[in-house]
Amino acid sequence: MTGRTTVARVLRRVGTHRGRRIALALVATCGAALPLAAQQPGVRLGLLYGERGARPGIIVLPIAGANGDSLRAILARDLDFGDRVTVAEASATLGAPAPGAALNYALAQKLGAAGVVQGIVRGAALEIVLHDVAQKRVLQRATVPLPAPALTPAWRRAVHGASDQLEEWISGTRGIAATRIAYAQGGRIWVIDSDGANAQPITGSGALSPSWHPLGESIAYAELESAGSAIRVTDLRGGTRTIVEPRGLNISPVFTPDGTGIAYAHGDDVGTDLWLAPAGGGRGRRIALGRGSDNASPSFSPDGRRLAFTSGRAGTPEVYIADADGTNADVLAALSTQAQSYRASPDWSPDGRAIAFQSRVGGVFQVVVATLRDRSLKQVTLEGANEDPSWAPDARHLVVSSSRSGARQLWVVDPETGRARQLTRNAGARLPAWSPRLAR
Amino acid sequence: MPFLPFSPMGRRLAPVVFGLGALVGAAGCRTNRPVPPVGTPAVGPDTAAQRLAREAATRDSLARLARERAARDSAEAARAGADAAALEAARSTLTAPVYFAYDASELSDDTRAKLDAKLAILQRLPTVTLRIAGHTDSRGAAEYNLALGLRRASAARKYLVDRGIAASRLDVVSFGAERPAAAGEGEDAWAQNRRDEFEVTGGGASLGRGR
Repeated sequence: MTGRTTVARVLRRVGTHRGRRIALALVATCGAALPLAAQQPGVRLGLLYGERGARPGIIVLPIAGANGDSLRAILARDLDFGDRVTVAEASATLGAPAPGAALNYALAQKLGAAGVVQGIVRGAALEIVLHDVAQKRVLQRATVPLPAPALTPAWRRAVHGASDQLEEWISGTRGIAATRIAYAQGGRIWVIDSDGANAQPITGSGALSPSWHPLGESIAYAELESAGSAIRVTDLRGGTRTIVEPRGLNISPVFTPDGTGIAYAHGDDVGTDLWLAPAGGGRGRRIALGRGSDNASPSFSPDGRRLAFTSGRAGTPEVYIADADGTNADVLAALSTQAQSYRASPDWSPDGRAIAFQSRVGGVFQVVVATLRDRSLKQVTLEGANEDPSWAPDARHLVVSSSRSGARQLWVVDPETGRARQLTRNAGARLPAWSPRLAR
Repeated sequence: MPFLPFSPMGRRLAPVVFGLGALVGAAGCRTNRPVPPVGTPAVGPDTAAQRLAREAATRDSLARLARERAARDSAEAARAGADAAALEAARSTLTAPVYFAYDASELSDDTRAKLDAKLAILQRLPTVTLRIAGHTDSRGAAEYNLALGLRRASAARKYLVDRGIAASRLDVVSFGAERPAAAGEGEDAWAQNRRDEFEVTGGGASLGRGR
């Protein structure tokens, strides 16, 4: 982790000066080559990425060779989507160094870059190099194998893996480009890459509420049939099995964090309650919670010891948290002063520190994040109606279904910067579930 | 699901034809009956004239039988025609949807009246079974809506069971907001979508459906 410390130190040194922030912002927006503002040695930033504008500037150099343009475009876009760096437009004057020669660090510095990413095509592999501009040296390098043929989904995912490695070198946190999002659209479950490429259906019709296995190799979902609903698991390599037969209401499945069980909501005459079934199949058992009320949408804490869920036990739907066996249930958010509240669809963050959910605000749903330490609430969406939040494995980004562009689509939201980008392009996309980090 | 028209003639014609055929067959056999063995009391030799007369009588009685049956059948058909209209009304009463208030599963007076009408038919036709499907409008959370839809279906089922209908005759299922009856957003569409739908799943023959 020496690279991380070095870059962090460099960035702390240059971080807070207002002039530099403006310069970076300008570089990012118009691609102009602006000189760096004077550095202020010794100035420390408490948070490297928490403050808008404090992100390091990164230049991705043009890549020569087969599919070099695609490689560069994917790396640059992934780093941009990561929201931890400001990707500056490459300058025609700053080229890749000749073999054996050094990068023009002085020019990179003038262009406002704290780091420079260089990609070198080596046969069926991509070598990635991260230059530390202030230190005028190569900070990290690695070779990432790319599966042939080029430009296939597998090839793209390998390039996303390279982006995630670069983001980890730069920021200390691995990126989320090499992840996927499952969602429901037109009655089927689809899976799409984190950058919006390769959307593919993986089920027949009547399916909703996808949930990833913790290893990312299979997806549980509910399937509505004429006589009842079933819980099924489909393996992404092929094959589907039924976990809960279509008798009564069986909905909103979610894997336990260890992958051995599936919690879901089962409804009968009395109400809808939370149940737990073995992921390999077999009888489910009730997690005693409901006592005749409606309960759905379970989400486990990452250690598997706690459970968040929607419950109508007190009348209007609210988000509750309880022990994993259903005991000690407690309402998550402080009681609203609004007469008509409606909170639902919780998703526990992968770092365990927060729960995102949807809450009715002024008649429409918005996504709210509750920080567990102090139970503080932060509304993270504003435009249109926003529902069904699901955390990215970086515990920072959220994917939500949003009507902000008209028809319902999936959007990726970064609560820290307020940035949002549209993920899907087929109307009616909803109920997203962000995958865990996928095996490289 | 397409509604099959009530058709008593179609179902009853076949046995009538079969019955006539059996009679004709039996009459034909009788003419070839072996002559009784010698030694049995003789009723007199069977002359050609007697045989012809008997055959003519048989034909007459068959024709009379057919006429009588036809008359009976047409009377039945007329009665059934009247019944068909009544049964169609019963079917439409049974399958009429009932509606709910926002985020609620309580039965309104109108809903109770509609359920009472269904109750009377279910009591009169004890083989009829129903599937009650609960639906919601699009405003709530998708997964919670599925639970709310089930609650609505269960509320109607409980009302009927409490009044003596066997629980085994009433299935419940929920589709939440997944299968709206009316498209669009706004109170008009929402009100039409907060509903229970009723489907006849068994005993349809007594309602004129061949199931």
